[in-house]
Amino acid sequence: MADTVFIAFQTNDDSRPIIEAIAEDNPHAVVNTLPAMVKIDAQGRLVIRRESIEARIGRPFDLRELQLNLISLSGNIDETDDEFILAWNA
Amino acid sequence: MQIDIKTSAVQPVRQTFSHVARRLGADKPASRYQEATLDLQPEVNFHYRPLWQPQYELYDKARTAIRMNDWYAFKDPRQYYYGAYTIARSRQQETMEKNIEFVARRALLSGLPEEQKQRIASLMVPLRHVEWAANTNNCFVTAYGWGTAITQATMYHSMDRLGLAQYLSRIGLLLDGNQGTSLVAGKAAWLDAPLWQPLRRLVEDLMVAQDWFETFTAQNAVLDGLLYPLVYRRIDARLSAQCGAGLGMLNEFAIGWFDETSRWVDATLKTAAAESPENVALLVRWVETWRGRALDALRPLAQEALGAQDAAAALAQIDAAFAVRMTKLGIGIEPAIAAQHARTEANHG
Repeated sequence: MADTVFIAFQTNDDSRPIIEAIAEDNPHAVVNTLPAMVKIDAQGRLVIRRESIEARIGRPFDLRELQLNLISLSGNIDETDDEFILAWNA
Repeated sequence: MQIDIKTSAVQPVRQTFSHVARRLGADKPASRYQEATLDLQPEVNFHYRPLWQPQYELYDKARTAIRMNDWYAFKDPRQYYYGAYTIARSRQQETMEKNIEFVARRALLSGLPEEQKQRIASLMVPLRHVEWAANTNNCFVTAYGWGTAITQATMYHSMDRLGLAQYLSRIGLLLDGNQGTSLVAGKAAWLDAPLWQPLRRLVEDLMVAQDWFETFTAQNAVLDGLLYPLVYRRIDARLSAQCGAGLGMLNEFAIGWFDETSRWVDATLKTAAAESPENVALLVRWVETWRGRALDALRPLAQEALGAQDAAAALAQIDAAFAVRMTKLGIGIEPAIAAQHARTEANHG
């Protein structure tokens, strides 16, 4: 499990499209629904794409808006305007 | 004593309303937009037919010639329901109030020479009557349209048009020092000045169009699709070059608003065109008819604001861009004046 990364969001209307986008962009990721929290585990690498989220919410999205509903995450972060990537740098 | 803290998850009995779940194909969480849109149109139990139109039910799909298998195929790409819409517009309103305050404090409009003030007022203020007509037309679509997916968005759209009319009035009030004289003069020009009569005739004819989808197409796609690029790109740029940035700051909302709402108008037309070749034929006919009239109606305004030569070039470019936009949506039309203009250019060259 050393190369597992995760990201966890509060369960609410704002984070639902984000979670859907992550699940679609990362078929290998496992979405665990917990009380009031959704934790997404993935082997190796987890990518969050701005475009996928925007397609769901119908407005421009700044990836920093993730932080509003973010509970926790693990992994090294590589963040650009378009992608937010979690992975462990070897 | 040891205390164990356990978490226990409470699963909701259902994730969304049954009618939304049937549309989504499963009982899964729906977005606010979906819950505030899908299947909200009253469809049955209309007791009485309207006295003035006994051939129709109170709400009736036959009020337009456009045929759709599913009227909820239309989606607003902005996903505006009441909450999202009011929040977005209130933010924009705050920005506009700051812009207006800035323009007033720096006297960017009131400090202009009298001649320039007159010019801006004469070109911009009568447009508030066009916005009011657009408000009326979108109210008509909202009242007689079918399906919340469309009528919800057209209701917001008609409120937007009142807001735009008010911003144009604010420009007038900034120019005349809150006297209201520019508004009176604007109305007189709208009613009597030869420059505005073709446009006035066009919007008044649009108010009595019977097919609500034709009204939607002619107003929101054709007239706005030609008028906004002309007024808020070409004329705005020309006036800003002559009179400074004050006017541009006050037109900021209209420019952003046009880009935003065009996405929705495009999505709506694209969905209708994708449904059937019959729909495409209707849309092509409506677009062709109203485009010719709109270009004729806008020509005097363009000539007054830009000069004859620049006006011809600007209208040709706007028309060509509009034809490309419609063709992309599956409504294949040729530019009406670009070809003619190209010939003239060749002769000059």
